Amino acid sequence: MSKNKIDTSFEQCMKCTICTVYCPVVAVNPAYPGPKQAGPDGERYRLKNPLFYDEALDLCLNCKRCEVACPSNVKIGDLIQNARLDYGTHKPKLRDYILANTDMMGTLATGMAPVVNFTLGLKPVKMVMDKVLAVDHHRTFPKYAGQKFETWFKRYALKKQEQFSRKVSYFHGCYANYNNPKLAKDLVKIMNAIGYGVNLLEKEKCCGVALISNGFKEQALKQAELNLSSIRKAVGRGEPVLTTSSTCTFTMRDEYEHILGLENNDVRDSIALATKFIYEAVDSGQVRLAFRKDYSKRIAYHTPCHMEKLGWAIYSTSLLRLIPGVDFLMLDSQCCGIAGTYGFKKEHYRDSQKIGEGLFQQIRDSRVDMVATDCETCKWQIEMSAGVQVENPISIIADALDVEETIKLNR
Amino acid sequence: MKEYDVIIIGGGITGAGTARDCAMRGLKTLLVERHDFTAGATGRNHGLLHSGARYAVTDQESAEECIRENMILRKIARHCVEETDGLFITLPEDDLAFQSTFIDSCQRAGIRAEAIDPAEAIMLEPSVNRSLTGAVRVPDGAVDPFRLTIANIYDAQLHGAEVLTYHEVTSILKEGDTVVGVEVCDAHTKEKKQIRSRLVINAGGIWGHHIASLAGANVNMFPAKGALLIFGHRVNNMVINRCRKPADADILVPGDTICLIGTTSSRLPYDQIDDMKVTPEEVDVLLREGAKLAPELAQTRILRAYAGVRPLVAADNDPSGRSISRGIVCLDHETRDGIPGFITITGGKLMTYRLMAEWATDLACKKLGLDKKCQTADICLPGSEDETSSDKSSGKRERRSGLGAKAARGRHGSRSVNINVADKRDESLVCECEGVSVAEVNYAIETLNAKNIINLRRRTRLGMGTCQGELCACRASGLLAKANGCARKSVEDLASFMNERWKGMFPVAWGDTLAEAQFTSWIYEGVCGLDAFEKKEE
Repeated sequence: MSKNKIDTSFEQCMKCTICTVYCPVVAVNPAYPGPKQAGPDGERYRLKNPLFYDEALDLCLNCKRCEVACPSNVKIGDLIQNARLDYGTHKPKLRDYILANTDMMGTLATGMAPVVNFTLGLKPVKMVMDKVLAVDHHRTFPKYAGQKFETWFKRYALKKQEQFSRKVSYFHGCYANYNNPKLAKDLVKIMNAIGYGVNLLEKEKCCGVALISNGFKEQALKQAELNLSSIRKAVGRGEPVLTTSSTCTFTMRDEYEHILGLENNDVRDSIALATKFIYEAVDSGQVRLAFRKDYSKRIAYHTPCHMEKLGWAIYSTSLLRLIPGVDFLMLDSQCCGIAGTYGFKKEHYRDSQKIGEGLFQQIRDSRVDMVATDCETCKWQIEMSAGVQVENPISIIADALDVEETIKLNR
Repeated sequence: MKEYDVIIIGGGITGAGTARDCAMRGLKTLLVERHDFTAGATGRNHGLLHSGARYAVTDQESAEECIRENMILRKIARHCVEETDGLFITLPEDDLAFQSTFIDSCQRAGIRAEAIDPAEAIMLEPSVNRSLTGAVRVPDGAVDPFRLTIANIYDAQLHGAEVLTYHEVTSILKEGDTVVGVEVCDAHTKEKKQIRSRLVINAGGIWGHHIASLAGANVNMFPAKGALLIFGHRVNNMVINRCRKPADADILVPGDTICLIGTTSSRLPYDQIDDMKVTPEEVDVLLREGAKLAPELAQTRILRAYAGVRPLVAADNDPSGRSISRGIVCLDHETRDGIPGFITITGGKLMTYRLMAEWATDLACKKLGLDKKCQTADICLPGSEDETSSDKSSGKRERRSGLGAKAARGRHGSRSVNINVADKRDESLVCECEGVSVAEVNYAIETLNAKNIINLRRRTRLGMGTCQGELCACRASGLLAKANGCARKSVEDLASFMNERWKGMFPVAWGDTLAEAQFTSWIYEGVCGLDAFEKKEE
């Protein structure tokens, strides 16, 4: 399928090797040949004979920092992901299936959240998962909420949205739906305060990022088509589609086309992180925010890899800096090492922690109250490894917001 | 003074094949070459494993020779050959009626040729021009002329032959009319020495004209220049030809990591054969015609342009040169010119080198009174032996799996087990584009007579990839300095290698190729100060 459309951007590679300098994996694991060799160099050989595929490409995090670094616009990360999907010989395991199917696991778990959360946290269970499934025992699965965001929204928030003439659609993603409904509720709270009603998409499935990275391309394709069709309907109604996860956003905007080969140009510009939408509205004077006088925190921002690729960290950080009580610190942009499901796998755990160590140390040294970041898996990794609370900028804004005052300002 | 049975002049594929054949028949053999192996036409052609189909309509004899040798090379030179098969396509501007003439001629020559549906051709080779109206599938393939020549040389050496590269023949020694040896000049030391032999075989390709004249014989040669373009990656995986009378730029061959289009054909004055340049007009023709075979070529990065000289020989009874044969010409100068001890083997083509060598060696054996059968069609070249038996005998097995190891296995076949990897450093890559490791470079230096970077390129593909030496040349230079114990010579060698790379990039220097060349000059002139070194030397 993807072979009909060979990405020849690799021909633009000048062999400057800056991608390899920026690769977080190369720095910690010499078994990884690095993005230059795994991408443009390797592609010439794979075109000659697929037997030249190197299984070491499994070590790629798909952080796309190589693409950000590349001065010649080579889609290095895409070349590597596509090679893994097209030539990889490792069949996905049961573990990969469980990690990749976030919707199924979420639906099963939210019904019995207290039991599941308790069980998954037990040491013997972790050891069994480590031995049987090769999910590293150092990891704890994110806790599941007792009630899905979707359920809450339909029950308590849907009706209220009718009063707004301006609307946005919200792609909440798995994490906000199953694990952290507060984040989704925070977005509804902010949007309503600045005068926007929130709609859910007609149908929403996991964006598919974990399916892609675990080798389930066909299923990812189905989910992507369903999401795109819902997004098209929302955009047709004139509603931008907002998100609260940098990874979902990046997946729907870039990976749908580059990896799954789906045409998404008609709606791509309408898919945006909520922080971008809100900041642009504030910046252009359409919206005004009022913050609580008593809010005071020292907050550091961590740039997730896919946020770096989107080039949108500036929106989240600018928004956070609007809060008068925030003592803001920008962390160096570097990978935290988790990369979605990557760091959960026993074979990658060591690399995962080594990659993030520089970041964890900078956070420990910075004596902040909280770290802000737009990616849920970065949140889990930093909370576990640096021992600091991590929140999405939307939740921080929602906490600091003077709701009554904001409503008045935007009436 | 040491005396050889036979001295072969010329380190192209013909000389290499003849050296192998002579050595296998037990002759005390010396091969002399003024530059490096494959430096002439051998290293400057399509690398096409002709099925013979291209000649079937116009020259049945060549076609029959080709298909026979094609089948032999698949067996004895497996590691040099890619069995890709080829398509002869008919485009709307071509006459589809030619197809049946073509198929008939092929079948008469013993070449499997089947007409297939255009849709099937597109399925087999997705890069092919989709407006084709007909296609014929033939057993064409790709053959790596560098690998093939080096394997012949290596086997000749294993059978006791000796080789001297960078030794130019300055005169042919004669006693009376009889040739008794050669005088050679060492290109590095400029020292001259005389070497005696019972026979001298001239396998100098187009330069054979000059060599023959040194012996007092006249061989009428007509240089025909053919230009080609190399593209950055494999666009096609099958050879693509036009199904019509042979013309310019109508063969697209996949070869290793690249593909190449060629050739043009133009007469060249003999005094220009050592200084050929590809003209803008030739580049235009190659690109325009190439894109008709595979439209994607128009958007594909061109790595370099180069040209070779076909050694066409005038038929002996026609000194005007109007009647030219592309067939094999084996001249016994004793009967022809009254010069005993001198043989010229020329004409022919890369595909028929083994047969040319057989003819020349048969004649040599007859003159020396030796009755030994030729075995070169039956015994595999080193690297193409049965893998299982050579593994057992050497007790070694290739276990590494990185790009360097896989690529080396492709290049050296079963002999890649002799590439000695002692530690991690040996495994690290010198040439990243083509996957050439430190160990492979050292193997080429120690086992395959590589003395400089250009030699390494011909034995390993080092510097042949996308970056054209940008990253690998200085690393290779370091390894050579270590092996040769001379840093100064290595720096000169590095400069000449980079200039040689630029020569091939210059005719196609636009877009990514130009950017790459500019970046390379920053590294070598700006960072490494290579030009400053050269100026100081002056």
